[in-house]
Amino acid sequence: MKRKLLSLSMALAMTASLLAGCRSSADQGSAAASTQAPAADTAATEAATEAATETAGSGIAKEDLKVGVIYIGDENEGYTAAHMDGIKQMKESLGLSDDQVIEKTNIPEDESCYDAAADLAEQGCQIVFANSFGHETYMLQAAADYPDVQFCHATGYQAKSSGLANMHNYFTSVYESRYVSGVVAGLKLNEMIDDGTVKKEDCKIGYVGAFPYAEVISGFTSFFLGVRSVCPDATMEVRYTNSWADMSAENEMAKSLIADGCVLISQHADTTGAPTACEAAKVPCVGYNVDMTTVAPDAALTSASISWGPYYTYAVQSLLDGTPIDTDWCQGYADGADKITPINEKVCAEGTQEKVDEVESAIKDGSLHVFDTSTFTIGGKSLDDLIAEGGDYAKYADSTKDGYYHESDTTLNGSAPSFDILIDGITSITE
Amino acid sequence: MAGTKTGTKNVLHMVRRSDMNRGKALVIRLIAVLLSLSVCALVIVAITGENPLSVYSGIAAGAVGTSRRVWVTIREIAVLLIIAVGLTPAFRMRFWNLGAEGQILIGGAATAAVMIYLGPVFQDWLLFIIILAVSMAAGMLWGLLPAVFKAYFNTNETLFTLMMNYVAMQIVTFFVVLWEKPKGSNTVGVINQTGKEGWFPQIAGQQYLVNVILVTVVTILVFVYMKYSKQGYELSVVGESYDTARYAGIDVKHVIIRTMLISSAVCGLAGAIIVAGASHTISTSTAGGRGFTAVIVAWLAQFHPVAMIATSGILVFMQQGAIQIATQYGLNENASDIITGIILFFLVGAEFFIRYRLELTKVETGSAVGENK
Repeated sequence: MKRKLLSLSMALAMTASLLAGCRSSADQGSAAASTQAPAADTAATEAATEAATETAGSGIAKEDLKVGVIYIGDENEGYTAAHMDGIKQMKESLGLSDDQVIEKTNIPEDESCYDAAADLAEQGCQIVFANSFGHETYMLQAAADYPDVQFCHATGYQAKSSGLANMHNYFTSVYESRYVSGVVAGLKLNEMIDDGTVKKEDCKIGYVGAFPYAEVISGFTSFFLGVRSVCPDATMEVRYTNSWADMSAENEMAKSLIADGCVLISQHADTTGAPTACEAAKVPCVGYNVDMTTVAPDAALTSASISWGPYYTYAVQSLLDGTPIDTDWCQGYADGADKITPINEKVCAEGTQEKVDEVESAIKDGSLHVFDTSTFTIGGKSLDDLIAEGGDYAKYADSTKDGYYHESDTTLNGSAPSFDILIDGITSITE
Repeated sequence: MAGTKTGTKNVLHMVRRSDMNRGKALVIRLIAVLLSLSVCALVIVAITGENPLSVYSGIAAGAVGTSRRVWVTIREIAVLLIIAVGLTPAFRMRFWNLGAEGQILIGGAATAAVMIYLGPVFQDWLLFIIILAVSMAAGMLWGLLPAVFKAYFNTNETLFTLMMNYVAMQIVTFFVVLWEKPKGSNTVGVINQTGKEGWFPQIAGQQYLVNVILVTVVTILVFVYMKYSKQGYELSVVGESYDTARYAGIDVKHVIIRTMLISSAVCGLAGAIIVAGASHTISTSTAGGRGFTAVIVAWLAQFHPVAMIATSGILVFMQQGAIQIATQYGLNENASDIITGIILFFLVGAEFFIRYRLELTKVETGSAVGENK
């Protein structure tokens, strides 16, 4: 009885305080609403005065800095996990405290993204990041509404054309990581051909893609070019899940590709679905974002990966220094923004590490170009010839020079991947 | 078997209550809420080790902590409420419309189409009216099919309306591919971002006030219709029994189709409110399961409009608060789902105690066994 009473009084006390909490905050809310001067405006004017002093003096003092981040997923999803790592790196290298970084996870690509961005701006964040492609238009909307807050959007392409000074895009030259991971896969294929497990003519790779547009097409093309640089007989079949992160769909897709005769699997989708299927089927695979050896210790070769730390550190440091942030930012292997995860010695072919080192240094010193036009054809013709013929391919003319396609070049076509041509050797079921 | 030792044992009995009044029912529900919050508190402590009070205040801050959050919460309540209101006429008629999800999607797709194709052509006030009309018409079409089949062939409306959801989802997928930008990305993005053609207008600087006004007007209209019109009476008679309705001279087929048209028109309008009034985009997750959540809202409130505001309020409050506690404590939204689940469990449980009373009665066991033999 005593305990009952105790718990009852506890419950009562709790509810009372909860109600009190509600009331006071609701009052504040209605008060703000009834003055008909939405908090947005006051926050904006406050920020405006702040910005004015900022341009007069230098940057924002470190202790006043607040950073907001919007993630499509959470730590359970590889792509977002990589971003979270980057934010952590930035926090450590700049010496920010935990309460100076506000992270919102699992924000879908709809009005919730605008809600989150506006909410972060009103909480006093001077800079807000968002990490998914579909967030972009909502970030643009927030950037227009809060002109004194910097909005940075990964994988997007509209900052430059928006004309908003506080809207920025960023991405890395992930095609370089994919190329290197392709080399690792190609060496494995060679080993399988040499020991007779696979015939030369059956050497087909399966690729689990998310959506059929440039970011994914550029990704699998660079991966395939990496494979072919060491294993010229390889072909590739691409299928799409139409989702960035769908564990069961990616798993099913990998299984059906394996059933269709694919002897190696790679992916541009964010979960461990495909590697799990590969581990069960004992088919080697190349992952994305994070090391897949935890789920596929006997199948994972390596993963193409991005380090977001350099960008986050750069962008936030710019705020501290009071220098402008690039409207469009892209760095690659040479700057430490791209990498592959440590190669899995257990599965990888002998001599992989040496070859990887060689390719990596060639990429870094600029002697190797991933989209070298002499290494691929389209319908039997080279890209250079097709551009010379004009027509549909004329639009690639500006980005194609010096013998290669300039992918993710911020001076030519922006940080977001733009190579969207299906090259020979790759079959894709949507085409 | 004669000669077994006789004895008595205690048996729990469910007894229908006759002494229930509004005040008592309210007290029982309040106790349920208090109990659920204390159980939630225990769960929070057990799982996370956080102070439950601060988690609760985090939820409250996330839902109503700033004027922007208050407005977002109001916007979401309005959407959930209008769907629940839309379901009410059909459910009163015992026509189990599980197709709200599809009716919202198709209404939303129609709205997006108007914004995209007619946005540059017409003026804003005209667009507003076209959007309202077209979204309701699209919703009606989605309700008409199952209603006609129910009325004339007595097909199972539960399955029919449920399946129509998937058809709507495929149609929306088609339009997303048609309108996506850039090609293949599967995102339509914000429609008419620069000119805001077809967006619901701001009133007094408030972006979502139009939504609230629309929902309020529709809610009042539907409840006046249900309570005071002849048609409203007819549909509840049909809900009681087709035979009674026929005996009273009511054209049952006619009432089924008419009622379902009203129900699905309101759900289609909900699609317009989501697309033109809030998200300004279209995707297969535009309805986001709210067509089903609204069923819970409507049932829990027993179709009473004020109670519906309360039930949708609780659900939205928890959902908006979830984002905040995810940020503050690193709990992901599953934590708030658990809390919402516990609260719903107690609220639904309370309904049992409002209708029934448990009584302990003594039964003689020996004689009972003897009789059975």
